[in-house]
Amino acid sequence: MERLKNLLPSLAVMALLIGAWWLIVVEARSVIFPTPWQVVTGASELVQNGVLWEHIGASLFRVGSGFLLAVAFAVPLGLWMGWVRGAFATFNPIFQMLRPISPIAWIPIAILWFGVGDASPIFLIFISSVFPMVVQTTSGVHTIERRYLRAAGNFGVSRATLFRRVVIPAALPQVIVGMRIGLGVAWLVVVAAEMVALRSGLGYLIIDSRNAGNRYDLVIAAMIIIGLIGLLLDGLMRLLEGLKAVQWRYAR
Amino acid sequence: MPAKIVVQDIRKTFSSDKGPLPVLERVSFSVGDGELVAVVGPSGCGKSTLLNVIAGFERPDHGLVTIDGTEQVRPSAQGILISQHGSVFPWLTVQQNLMFGLNGHVYSDRETLAGHYAAMVGLKGFESSYPHELSGGMLKRAELARALVVKPEILYMDEPFSALDALLNLRMRNELLRILSEERHTVVLVTHDVEEAIHLADRILVLSPRPAILQAVFDVPLLHPRRLSSPAVQELKVAILRELGVSSDSA
Repeated sequence: MERLKNLLPSLAVMALLIGAWWLIVVEARSVIFPTPWQVVTGASELVQNGVLWEHIGASLFRVGSGFLLAVAFAVPLGLWMGWVRGAFATFNPIFQMLRPISPIAWIPIAILWFGVGDASPIFLIFISSVFPMVVQTTSGVHTIERRYLRAAGNFGVSRATLFRRVVIPAALPQVIVGMRIGLGVAWLVVVAAEMVALRSGLGYLIIDSRNAGNRYDLVIAAMIIIGLIGLLLDGLMRLLEGLKAVQWRYAR
Repeated sequence: MPAKIVVQDIRKTFSSDKGPLPVLERVSFSVGDGELVAVVGPSGCGKSTLLNVIAGFERPDHGLVTIDGTEQVRPSAQGILISQHGSVFPWLTVQQNLMFGLNGHVYSDRETLAGHYAAMVGLKGFESSYPHELSGGMLKRAELARALVVKPEILYMDEPFSALDALLNLRMRNELLRILSEERHTVVLVTHDVEEAIHLADRILVLSPRPAILQAVFDVPLLHPRRLSSPAVQELKVAILRELGVSSDSA
């Protein structure tokens, strides 16, 4: 009930926006720009002929593969860079230089290296989400409070135990923050990547809808769906923040 | 009483922006086996540094610390440091914290030991809680229990209870005395609280302002439990405060 109350203002604004959109389109007698209702019917058309699920599945598959590859690469690397000074000194400058390059700028290279199949967008997603995760994981290790490392040292535990019981769990909250950022960027990039060459995915759906007869109702439907799925993915990552073993960092 | 810890002629200088900062100047003393020695001194005098050197976290520039005749060069589980801010791992449950230092035991033994010490410090029933779910006093108990589990010969305590309120501070002192009567440990306690020192210690070392030298030593020949309002305690307190440059009228 309380949550519903908190949600009320934003729902009201949303309703207002949709109302204004509707009114303007009707008043302007636009033939191309759809009314909200046309978007709804367009979306249900996509649902009924099953095309929508294929596109969503294709996009999620690319994001999932690229993101998981990035996690598998970034987390161990970030831990290593955070723990070993030399590794940080060696690799950090390279990452700091690569990081500001927009993943979109990699598109030509992706096509050159991987062609126009699934590998290209997976590579782009990998590129886009790997850097924030490396950076967050590294800083997660760097910000471990000294008193914990000292206490662990006091008990004379082995290096492996120190890493497994102290370093990794201490950095975990930051790793999860990195994963949240990474997945968010990945979802942004997959749509852009799919606009270029592929024949499936939500990005392709948008471009294809426009090219095949100015179906702007489908363009907007796809945009809304992208937004909703993005929200869902972020919610999924936030579930990780609810884990008991990381709550100490977020609770206070 | 055989000497457990021997501190010989320790000197320590830190480098700062304004040049070298001498902190400890020729400090020597020894601590007997099973003795509880308190170190008091004005704040910033180098008490914590001294404790860190004794515990092996820092190397002295000059001099030597020996434990049972062996030079102390690095921290070990033989002596566990308990500090003011605490270092209970927030990502582990109380039980996992307690079992942290136990290597080379089978799991069921570690569980039994952890349970034993959780009960000893009054944390029975909180084994599966996370530290952020505990109060300040309970956190201290957890920290103490985690140290006791590994059966250290020495406890190094750096202002262990000073972050607690006065009532809790007093309660934890009594708990500590009870535990020490059950388990024999050598304790080096650093504190700025003279009353706490008198309450707990067998002997009190007074350090001078920085660079610290050993200024005075007081024996505390009082039996436990000690009544803090007793004349003997008050007399000792006045004498120690005088060493610290505080007249008893203003104390």
